[in-house]
Amino acid sequence: MARIELAGLGHRYAGNKDYSLQPQSMVWEDSGAYALLGPSGCGKTTLLNIISGLLVPSEGRVLFDGKDVTTLPPEKRNIAQVFQFPVIYDTMTVFDNLAFPLRNRKMREPEVRSRVQEIAEMLDLSGSLSRRAKGLSAEEKQIISLGRGLVRKDVAAVLFDEPLTVIDPHVKWLLRRQIKRIHNQLKLSLIYVTHDQIEALTFADQVVVMYNGEVVQMGSPQDLFETPAHTFVGHFIGSPGMNLLPCKADGDRLWLGEQSLALPPALAKTLGGIAKPLTLGVRPELVQVAAEGEAFDTEVLRMEDLGTVKILTARLGGELIKAKLGEHDTVVTARTRLRFVPERTMFYADGHRVA
Amino acid sequence: MQLQLEGVTKQVGAETHIHKLDLVLQPGKINVLLGQTRAGKTTLMRLMAGLDRPTAGRVLVDGQDVTGVSVRRRNLAMVYQQFVNYPSFSVFENIASPLRLSGGLSEQEVKARVGAVAERLHITHLLDRLPGALSGGQQQRTAMARAMVKNAPLLLLDEPLVNLDYKLREELRAELKELFSTTATTVVYATTEPQEALLLGGHTVVLDEGRLLQFAPTLEVFHHPATRRVAQVFSDPPMNLLPATVRAGERALYLNEAVAIPLARHLAHLGAASYTVGVRPSHVRLARRKDSDIAIDCEVELSEISGSDTYLHVRFKTGKRKALDWVAQFSGVLNLAPDSHVTLYIDPSELFVFDEAGNLSGSPDRIVDLTAQPAAVTV
Repeated sequence: MARIELAGLGHRYAGNKDYSLQPQSMVWEDSGAYALLGPSGCGKTTLLNIISGLLVPSEGRVLFDGKDVTTLPPEKRNIAQVFQFPVIYDTMTVFDNLAFPLRNRKMREPEVRSRVQEIAEMLDLSGSLSRRAKGLSAEEKQIISLGRGLVRKDVAAVLFDEPLTVIDPHVKWLLRRQIKRIHNQLKLSLIYVTHDQIEALTFADQVVVMYNGEVVQMGSPQDLFETPAHTFVGHFIGSPGMNLLPCKADGDRLWLGEQSLALPPALAKTLGGIAKPLTLGVRPELVQVAAEGEAFDTEVLRMEDLGTVKILTARLGGELIKAKLGEHDTVVTARTRLRFVPERTMFYADGHRVA
Repeated sequence: MQLQLEGVTKQVGAETHIHKLDLVLQPGKINVLLGQTRAGKTTLMRLMAGLDRPTAGRVLVDGQDVTGVSVRRRNLAMVYQQFVNYPSFSVFENIASPLRLSGGLSEQEVKARVGAVAERLHITHLLDRLPGALSGGQQQRTAMARAMVKNAPLLLLDEPLVNLDYKLREELRAELKELFSTTATTVVYATTEPQEALLLGGHTVVLDEGRLLQFAPTLEVFHHPATRRVAQVFSDPPMNLLPATVRAGERALYLNEAVAIPLARHLAHLGAASYTVGVRPSHVRLARRKDSDIAIDCEVELSEISGSDTYLHVRFKTGKRKALDWVAQFSGVLNLAPDSHVTLYIDPSELFVFDEAGNLSGSPDRIVDLTAQPAAVTV
């Protein structure tokens, strides 16, 4: 396992004047579970390809345990990879498929056996080790691909590129849990690329959120949810995403459209010192229907019943606000007063968090 | 338009892909086809479209038998998982192609129709571009515009958002729901995702291994799944299912032969027998809310923390039978160490119960206000 360091790493594809990956430095600790999360075209695949060695960056360096591997090809980097679709040998048995990366490294047969059995146990494949891969479903094959990626202990890192795309939702629950347990037990360094936020958040200790070629935040799932550093993180993490509402701070009052609330003195001072336009950010989970107290009067537009939660959409001035309510909550009036949990309300200028 | 399948089956060689089924789609509404991969969703859509001919049974459109009438002579449109566009045609020409094919419209009318549908799908600014220059989301919007430009009375969408980013999917799904609510088109929408069915609303057909398991308003299927299998297919995170028995002369369910749960009002009719109890992950709680709540001792396997929610995987060890795996969903962050002990609470009035054959024996009372679907509160 290795500590991975990106030093001033950036990439421009030949002939492009814009960066696909903005120059940046960061460290990924040994034995960590990292997820790279972002929409298509955000640069996450470019970054993964640089780490795996498929792409040589136009600037900066990649270090594995302090050793410069920037120009080394993938096969010289001692990494394992799992792709979106199964890559296995159809004519081999499940056992031989799992053993392949080990035998390839000339591991002795008794060790191969114990290692394969260990990983097969963890992925519930013990019963099918002697079957040929050919007759298996795409899903079963993908589980074997996962096993092949996880079977070697001596790799610097295991890279996953959208590995659960072909898996049914209910099986994803089991597999995620298994991968996580394997990580807890084997302490492999894992890097997991996905556009699925639930997958990234539940899998990783640290999530690296990318947007327009830039890492806009690296943090725990809790950090990303509770204190998004950038409006993009607020929007992208969570379903529905964070409410982002233009606002104005005027002395000790906070204005949203025509309505205002009192601001605590410290916050009023911070916000008063910012010349740029302000945006208020609050998660739908932290918008509450308030019977009394300070709240904003809003027009109720619709309520969607999603079985175990309800989503209320309301209008405040020209902006829409979403609130996540409980499965038995109802709002039957045409207007309702909404309150934002004060200590969980964020402020942004130019996309970046200021308070 | 009313589409009806009557005793339809589909055999391919010795394999049965669709078992005999009857289905009358809700005309002018969204009909979700929910099922896991290989449940038969695509096969069923192809039968509806006339792309394939059923082995037995009839397909009726507004009461008229159209079995065996080719797709070319039917008035319908289809959208696939893979965005299919003509690469050498501009977005405008792609969208216009079905109108040109059927002919009879002046250039001015074609322009007006393409313009209108492009506006509804927010791609007006892309009309001059080639599909190759578009993002995945824009390509799928183009494919949808082409399917919708004909105003066909039947629109079939086969997992149309599956290849798109999570956030894009969220956005497009909300737009589609809005679009469908304003047309008289009968929409069939296939998906593997329970959340997607709930977000779209309408009616839901649950398919599993080529069998139609249930067809009813979406929330009714969710709250009153006809069988254990329906509950499994239509829940994410999956519903916790546990063996239980009602003993002769007793008015309680014994979970795993150990924990006694007095029968709540909706289960009062249960006789002595073996059952499966279903508990939704969001109905498993960390603290007692009512005196009647039942405490269950568990061992933590793993906390999955998404930021907004914690999915706690636990092992339920009480009783003689083997340990059972559960998932509990809590809002917020709860980091419990693996192998630590935790007491969880369930409310007897929130239990689902299925009989030995897997049929629903009791589900929590629920007032499903159907008028409250898609645009709920009338202002």
